[in-house]
Amino acid sequence: MTLAPKRPAVLAGLVAAGLVLALVSMAAGRVWVPFAVWFKPADPLWPILFDLRLPRTLLAIGVGASLGMSGAAMQGYTRNPLADPGSLGVSSMAALGAVLTLYLGMGAQAPWVIAVAGMAGALAAVLLLMGLSGRSPGVVTFILAGVILNTMAGAGVALALSLAPNPWAVNEIVNWIMGSLADRSAGEVELAAPFMIIGCVTLMFTTRALDALTLGETGARSLGINLTAIRWILAIGVALATGASVAVTGVIGFVGLIVPHLLRPWVGARPGGLLLPSALGGAVLVLAADIAVRLTPAANEVKLGVAMAALGGPFFLALLLRMRRRLA
Amino acid sequence: MSRLMAEGLGVMLGDHLVLAGVGASFTTGQVTAILGPNGAGKSTLLACLAGLREPEVGEVRLDDQPILALDPRARAQRLGFIPQTPEIAWAIEVETLVGLGRTPFIGARGLGDDDRAAVAKAMAACEVQALAHRDVTTLSGGERGRVLIARALAGDPQWLLADEPLAGLDPGHALDACALFATMAHDQGRGVIVTLHDLSLAARMADRILVLTDGAVLADGPPAEALSPAVLARAYGVDARLTEGAGGVLIEIVGRAG
Repeated sequence: MTLAPKRPAVLAGLVAAGLVLALVSMAAGRVWVPFAVWFKPADPLWPILFDLRLPRTLLAIGVGASLGMSGAAMQGYTRNPLADPGSLGVSSMAALGAVLTLYLGMGAQAPWVIAVAGMAGALAAVLLLMGLSGRSPGVVTFILAGVILNTMAGAGVALALSLAPNPWAVNEIVNWIMGSLADRSAGEVELAAPFMIIGCVTLMFTTRALDALTLGETGARSLGINLTAIRWILAIGVALATGASVAVTGVIGFVGLIVPHLLRPWVGARPGGLLLPSALGGAVLVLAADIAVRLTPAANEVKLGVAMAALGGPFFLALLLRMRRRLA
Repeated sequence: MSRLMAEGLGVMLGDHLVLAGVGASFTTGQVTAILGPNGAGKSTLLACLAGLREPEVGEVRLDDQPILALDPRARAQRLGFIPQTPEIAWAIEVETLVGLGRTPFIGARGLGDDDRAAVAKAMAACEVQALAHRDVTTLSGGERGRVLIARALAGDPQWLLADEPLAGLDPGHALDACALFATMAHDQGRGVIVTLHDLSLAARMADRILVLTDGAVLADGPPAEALSPAVLARAYGVDARLTEGAGGVLIEIVGRAG
């Protein structure tokens, strides 16, 4: 029996699934856009295709890849299969950063302010996590640190909501916390994509260190890994990828939790080897979920973040039940 | 020949003095066993020697260079370390785990042909080839011990520092591991430093024994000399008798020293 039987085949399969879903994502929605429109700029459906569906599809890929890879990296670093930007509070701290700019009205003036604030919130969260969990963190310590960050960020957002200057600001903040890919424009893609790409590339540099961390911190250090440097690389990578994602789509949880877990039986548990597959898997998951959300018959479109939470909550519970013996 | 030297090491843990001025010099080609009662500072000394812990006082030098001044990666290429009760966080294959021993040598591309050859050689030396595709989290304690030695060996280190590598090995595999350490030191010219609890095994396998008590060196020399009844009484508080057995010196613990 081998634990990582078919990595190249799985990678190829994920790329193929991503491509097919991307094509479906371009076509699917309230209005179905046939492929023939692709080559007819004069067609009335052309703007739907390129002004609405294309940014939405690109963002789904970018957000999914960023969250998937961030989750895989955080699980590898913490050696904890329950870690992900959502469960450890990185997403909600990024949300807090962005909400503050909305509340103060700065975000409305320049969209890049929201992105920068989101990434700053995410970076603060990762650094706080590492500080709160101390030198020899256990599985439980990180989760508790995440609970603290989630609570603090939640309180901050609630405060911003209760003190919001007008109902319009409340509405914008609420809409945005729930996480959605609806009605995004090319401008948001241009804003977020560079940070997502730089973040993911940065995370790829932790491959060797994450593998070595399988042997614990002492084991990794004895293999010549500079943990201080790795902490910074990881913090910056996660902050850029997750922060930029949250800044343009709001909080979409559980992607980074579910994807590495589902891929482990297929590509092996080696944490560095999970980074790239998790990025691909994250893109596939978010594309599929976003298509499902669009096609769900309801008066108003179900928010993607809400749909992912509905899917991810039970998954988190199942994972915890399976881990209970290990934690005891 | 390479030399690893500890000079006046002093280590504090909180307000507890773990090492109080330990000095010792080690050379390649020898197996040294560090013995001592629980809490004597064995693991701390080993961590200092491996360059993983900075002593508050004194320093460790590898061939006259402060070990902490070496580039971590260059140090890891020369010096293999097996921590006590090593953590294995993920359910990876044995072969993948042994491959982690190549970490100081590989770049972004992962394992190359040389690396794979070194992994195969290390697995053969520790007789764990049959386990190659087993999930490490399902191994028995003894199998795990051998796999972890193979992991350290995969880096082809000039020095091997192991913290209680024989814990959990059955007598047969413990002897095999001792034979492996002897081969590494005597035939391959590596330096081997291990901490142990089994006195008879230490007397049998080690060329030299360092007895540590309360953070200081109590005895340092060949087994027959360092493991005298007087030393054992002071170190462990036991009344011990040394007899010549079929396989070497046999240490019989008669009872608590009176």
